[in-house]
Amino acid sequence: MTPPDPEFRTDRQALAARLGLILPVHCLLVDDEDLRPYECDGLTAYRELPLAVCLPESEGQVIDVLRTCHQLGVPVVARGAGTGLSGGAMPHAQGVVLSLARFNKILRLDPLARLAVVQSGVRNLAVSEVAAPHGLYYAPDPSSQIACTLGGNVAENSGGVHCLKYGLTVHNVLRIRVVSIEGEVFEIGSEAPDAPGYDLLALLIGSEGMLGVVTEVTVKLVPKPELAQVVMASFDDVARAGDAVAAIIAAGIIPAGLEMMDKPATAAVEPYVKAGYDLEAAAILLCESDGTPEEVAEEIARVAEVLTAAGARDIRVSQSEAERLRFWAGRKAAFPAVGRITPDYYCMDGTIPRKRLAEMLSAIAEMEKKYGLRCANVFHAGDGNLHPLIMYDAAKSGEWARAEAFGAEILELSVALGGSITGEHGVGIEKINQMCVQYKTPELEAFRRIKAAFDETGLLNPGKAVPSLHRCAEYGRMHVHHGDVKFPELERF
Amino acid sequence: MTLDQIAAAIRAAHDSHTPLRIRGAGSKDFYGGMLAGDVLDVSGYNGIVAYEPTELYITAKCGTPVAEIEAALAEKNQMLAFEPPHFSGATVGGCVAAGLSGPRRQQAGAVRDFVLGVKLIDGSGQVLDFGGQVMKNVAGYDVSRLLAGSLGTLGVLAEVTLKVLPKPVAEQTLVFDIGESDAITRLNQWGGQPLPISASFWHQGQLWLRLSGARAAVEAARGKLGGTVAVDAENHWISVREQTHPAFSEKLLWRLALPSTAPAPGLDGLRAIEWGGALRWYAGEQEAVRGAAARAGGHAVLYRAPESLRCREGAFAALSPALLALHRRLKKSFDPKGILNPGRLYAEF
Repeated sequence: MTPPDPEFRTDRQALAARLGLILPVHCLLVDDEDLRPYECDGLTAYRELPLAVCLPESEGQVIDVLRTCHQLGVPVVARGAGTGLSGGAMPHAQGVVLSLARFNKILRLDPLARLAVVQSGVRNLAVSEVAAPHGLYYAPDPSSQIACTLGGNVAENSGGVHCLKYGLTVHNVLRIRVVSIEGEVFEIGSEAPDAPGYDLLALLIGSEGMLGVVTEVTVKLVPKPELAQVVMASFDDVARAGDAVAAIIAAGIIPAGLEMMDKPATAAVEPYVKAGYDLEAAAILLCESDGTPEEVAEEIARVAEVLTAAGARDIRVSQSEAERLRFWAGRKAAFPAVGRITPDYYCMDGTIPRKRLAEMLSAIAEMEKKYGLRCANVFHAGDGNLHPLIMYDAAKSGEWARAEAFGAEILELSVALGGSITGEHGVGIEKINQMCVQYKTPELEAFRRIKAAFDETGLLNPGKAVPSLHRCAEYGRMHVHHGDVKFPELERF
Repeated sequence: MTLDQIAAAIRAAHDSHTPLRIRGAGSKDFYGGMLAGDVLDVSGYNGIVAYEPTELYITAKCGTPVAEIEAALAEKNQMLAFEPPHFSGATVGGCVAAGLSGPRRQQAGAVRDFVLGVKLIDGSGQVLDFGGQVMKNVAGYDVSRLLAGSLGTLGVLAEVTLKVLPKPVAEQTLVFDIGESDAITRLNQWGGQPLPISASFWHQGQLWLRLSGARAAVEAARGKLGGTVAVDAENHWISVREQTHPAFSEKLLWRLALPSTAPAPGLDGLRAIEWGGALRWYAGEQEAVRGAAARAGGHAVLYRAPESLRCREGAFAALSPALLALHRRLKKSFDPKGILNPGRLYAEF
């Protein structure tokens, strides 16, 4: 799928022999048929077979694997549940996949201090489940929370639908244990509110497996709100829905969740979940309020007032927990629902300033014509994170290439509108070219120096997250914007 | 003052190996390691660049006084939720570089949690843009947050973008008569309940608890918690935030960041407890303080001290050799000649 990386050439047999010395048989996979399940993550369009998969059961084994790979000069790709959507866990053809799947123990739950210490392969939802009897939960809730691991959440700085009020992974992790490529263990952060020295926790969270391998995570738990209620509003045009989002914020309200779906998205979802969405509406908004019953009643009343003033054509407030869950069901099922009406879809992840939403959606409508593909839009409206779902058929020649170009154009427009190419899915292999659009040479060089400060040999997840300057020069050659050539200092071949 | 002028000054210092001491208002000169180098005064690079209340961000040049930013936010009923101290005219660049947060940190988060983007001038005079103005951005390493608390050792934070939040609709402060260990227990018990507690401050047997949020939520919590409703609470919290409260009057002050549940670490001179039990202030010479804080799972900062002690002790707890080596490599990657605020974080770099 990707061109061979000339930088690494691994002796497969020697590697297997060395790994066989440090791992028991049931912790090492080397046959192609066993490797196949690991060839991709949630971004299935990109695949690669690794040379081996290691499934260590102890931190000592992780250290041994990393030391061995470091000695042999073999690339290492760490992997949690493989639910990532940017190909961050796609294997390296000359490398090893280091799966943390067996790091699945919850080591400590301290309800009084409101924290949990877990191994990095523990599932996101499992933390909230174990905390639930104490009235606590772990706030970040990526849509894959049933399966995705805390280690993966740390690597991607995962979000979810409640980020605006409760923050991303970076706001909810207190401490991590990390093993460097040289096999050295670092404790970063602590159970205290801060730690001496640089805020390395902030640097490591979202670093996409490029700086170290996480073995343990301490997360903050927060009290579960007594009540949550959701307002559903429909709008005749998306610009008005976008303005309504701004009006809610301007009114001094930070909702627990604020989501938008456009007409193609509700059309895909409604037959599937029967949430009762207004199918005539150009866009619907879901606005959740949580807290004490008194607080929720006060906020819901204000939200309804603001939405009415903003020109909503219909407003409904969930009257029971069942109804609240039904309103949400459609939003949460948006991806599989779209999956039912198209053979394949490609999920994008740009963020934009909220006020540019209407502009972005009309540009996407134009792109649908340009590329001859349909697109449904779901939007974490509260924090400007857009997930366009581009529908295509991989079996039809040329459609994937068109979908990819469509996606790239959306991401580049996100940057042009003052946003980012990724809000929560990460760069991985998928958006590596668009990094050249978001950043200039000096920033990319700074990223590479940071990488080298942690991993001088460049063995951790090579080819991901931060593009080489030559890759950017090549990409810039293909994409000249407004006559500006990026990376003018580089030779072009 | 222009960005180019600051960059040129750094380039010149880089070329001549001249150490620079970056200075905004100088309101936190007392904090951190020893001051060294020629003063690079960046207070002249100031002004709000962009403020979008409905996008929840403000971008300002480093020399902008925090007070000016807060005044602009107040017009739209918004705030810097981490409540940074102003001391004497603190600038926003220094606020992020020092990474000090105020009373509301226990509810809202620390400075670093609100940093969305920075324009950085590194140690070779290059201007770099990290992060941006949107709430969610995971493209590239999160350098913006790394810079919070870096004390200018990685570059001049020429411009910063901060997330802002609406001011709470209602606030009320309750006062309880309670001893140290009971206060710690109660604060942690309350922390596990859905209560709108936004600040806490214990001093000499009295616990002040601030509730912030929807009017109904504050009322309901007040009914549940008891205590006495404080009068003139606003000035009390200003005195805590600005450390003009008598609890902070000692010449020699230690700041201990601990797990909120940590029992009293067996030191004399406790002056105050904040942040739900996680921040504790001690006064006076303390032989055993660094070890005691580490055993409790946290760390001690020599926050304010006579110069001789500051020079001997260093401000911050020592790093392990491996972590120190990593810090040095990072420092070198941003400031290859080591000219920016040398020794301000650690004497070693």
